[in-house]
Amino acid sequence: MDVTKLLSIMLGAVLVNNFIFSQFLGICPFMGVSKKVDTAVGMGLAVTFVMGLASAICWPINEFLLVNKAIYGEGPNLSFMQTIVYILVIASLVQFVEMFLKKSVPSLYESLGIFLPLITTNCAVLGAVLLNTQNSYNFIESVVYGVTGGLGFLLAIFLFASVRERLEFSECPKSFEGFPIALVTAGLIALCFMGFSGLKVW
Amino acid sequence: MSLMTIVMICVVILGVLGLIFGAVLGFAAKKFHVEVDPREEAIVACLPGANCGGCGYAGCGGYASAVVKGEAPPNKCAAGGADVAAQVASIMGLEAESSERCVAQVKCSGFTGHAQKKYAYAGIRDCRSAALLPGGGPNECPHGCLGFGSCEAACPFGAIHVKDGVARVDHEKCVGCMTCADACPKHLIVKVPYSADVTVACASTEKGAALRKYCDIGCIGCRICEKTCEHDAIHVVDNVAVIDYTKCISCGQCAPKCPRHLIRDARLNTENETEPVPTSDSKFA
Repeated sequence: MDVTKLLSIMLGAVLVNNFIFSQFLGICPFMGVSKKVDTAVGMGLAVTFVMGLASAICWPINEFLLVNKAIYGEGPNLSFMQTIVYILVIASLVQFVEMFLKKSVPSLYESLGIFLPLITTNCAVLGAVLLNTQNSYNFIESVVYGVTGGLGFLLAIFLFASVRERLEFSECPKSFEGFPIALVTAGLIALCFMGFSGLKVW
Repeated sequence: MSLMTIVMICVVILGVLGLIFGAVLGFAAKKFHVEVDPREEAIVACLPGANCGGCGYAGCGGYASAVVKGEAPPNKCAAGGADVAAQVASIMGLEAESSERCVAQVKCSGFTGHAQKKYAYAGIRDCRSAALLPGGGPNECPHGCLGFGSCEAACPFGAIHVKDGVARVDHEKCVGCMTCADACPKHLIVKVPYSADVTVACASTEKGAALRKYCDIGCIGCRICEKTCEHDAIHVVDNVAVIDYTKCISCGQCAPKCPRHLIRDARLNTENETEPVPTSDSKFA
């Protein structure tokens, strides 16, 4: 196991290729749940959890069922089914997490509200598993990429929510009030994250 | 490998995966089942479902669970009105209280030019922020409306607006949810019956002599209204006139007698709600 590679995957997922600010995936929950820091952190943790778990479950399904050489030989395999199967996995996972939270952490369940079921259609989660396959990561690398990608989402949404809480009280031109100025802010933070683009682990 | 085989494998794999996930979810649904009071579901069904938050809870679901727990009365839904209140009450087995329509009222008349400012405030345009300053903000009057419109921003129905430096309520749009009252750092906004025509628009508890120095329109506690009232409905408490709406019959006798013109009769002068009333000793105009 190459620790350096794992480190660079982590660094890449959190900063360099941050899902929100570099790949622009998962913008819907990012804009929707970032009005309060508490809810934003809850959403970030839920996404991290689902992303990590989805990576862990999707890897064996892809490896042993969809592209297994023992089944398909050298001929065509089922890699075209990846998106459908992954969505199935993610949708079931989100349902499961929802039930679990409702029973165990009802306060978080209530504050996430409508956005919990929306993780199902959060393209960052699907993006993470598809990128795992695309980069042909092994099991450990996939899980690391999933979890750290989620942490990158958590970092992004936490930073943004902190800024946005202050934005509430700031004065800006009428036409920029509310959502437009939030989008401008997101763009500026994305610009800052471009500063990480040259970063690499030796 | 032929096309048919591929299709077969697809169907089998997806089918088996679906079955496994279905079984896990079915098991989880039993294991993590949360008992929900059937009354709560029934209440959610008859609420409007707009999640406006006018009741003060996080959406209709939050209100329904508060009603079931006995924390909220059945007539809190402003958007649904009396019909919904009656339905909710019957689900809860309660008599619907005959809820009289109430509206918010701002207890201040300190229009620009009538109430003095200590200094020009140039900070964040928000009352809660301005009120944090030493002395409670830029107004000389410690009770007066700051006029930065925190209530206006808080109102979900667009029923309260700052005009001439003081917040004013549009009675037709107001549903009496009192969201604005929570946003007001001066606690100036109170609930009055919609039918009440006579209102006192001052909350200052200062003595008359002190108040005259910085506001030419506030209540000085002269008790003329108290003496005029034939129904024992208006009293000066802590140097400010207060109307008891259980006794007030809206006869309007007190309003024209008030030397400061701060008792308003909505029937007499409709401009009263928006226009500053010129007073004889207006020295700040």
